[in-house]
Amino acid sequence: MNCKNIIKELSNYLDEAMDQPLKSSIEKHLEGCEDCRIVVDTTKHTVQIFCNSEPAPLPEETRTRLRDALFKHLGHIRNQPKA
Amino acid sequence: MSSPKINPPLARTPLPSTVVKDDEGSLVAAAKGGDISAFETLVGRYERKIFRLAQNITQNKEDAEDVMQEAFLKSYQHLGEFQGNSRFYTWLVRIAVNQALMKLRKRRPNQVSLDEDVDTGEDTIPRDVEDWGPSPEDRYEQSELGNILNSTIAELEPPFRIVFQLRDIEELSTEETADALGLSIPAVKSRLLRARLKLRQKLNKYFKRSENS
Repeated sequence: MNCKNIIKELSNYLDEAMDQPLKSSIEKHLEGCEDCRIVVDTTKHTVQIFCNSEPAPLPEETRTRLRDALFKHLGHIRNQPKA
Repeated sequence: MSSPKINPPLARTPLPSTVVKDDEGSLVAAAKGGDISAFETLVGRYERKIFRLAQNITQNKEDAEDVMQEAFLKSYQHLGEFQGNSRFYTWLVRIAVNQALMKLRKRRPNQVSLDEDVDTGEDTIPRDVEDWGPSPEDRYEQSELGNILNSTIAELEPPFRIVFQLRDIEELSTEETADALGLSIPAVKSRLLRARLKLRQKLNKYFKRSENS
């Protein structure tokens, strides 16, 4: 296992999509390579920051326009006679 | 001498917005039967996420608003086709992604092709290797952090941005992402790796310890 292989396997390692022998060999490399350890940790942190961000509330006018569109079209569907 | 600490791989804590509430199945069933208020409850539950998804893909507020409206309307019109094999939200995301990609292609027809091979790069050895410390995001106010994340993801090219959005923000599986985008599983994996490394590189300037400590 070398640094290039660590980068190649980085996503699979973070997602735990690999078998135990490969995982152990990556972790053995990480114990001795500070640069790879930092890359793994900061990439993991990158994913977590995005994943942990809740979406902002909808702007009020956007919400109103969505409700108006749904009312207009769903109301129409609701009132359609059944075929 | 003690060994350096190896942090475990990604362990995700579900956000309130990603937890499937117990009543989802009954709301979908009621909506299928024509109960508009049940459908409106589902809309209220997912409108923020669908709007963010649409905005991140189209990078345009008006288009994102159109995409959100079309996605909810289409999902209602096609509810009868929803078999319940996946989460309702995953199904809704696929509809929204299709709408958003159509907008994006209309706006930038020569720039957006998810089907063709993209250069995922062989030179993936990261340039900046600097520690961030335990919680670098705490150095920023919530709204400031939101702006940093929005502008950082906006800098990614669409093929990388969209895969990252589906896999790491919407938390679709690799298979669901591949299916939604019509890509192979290896293509999703290589784009995701590239996207994660690019975003790490871009966030480095905000979060590296030497800049802010």
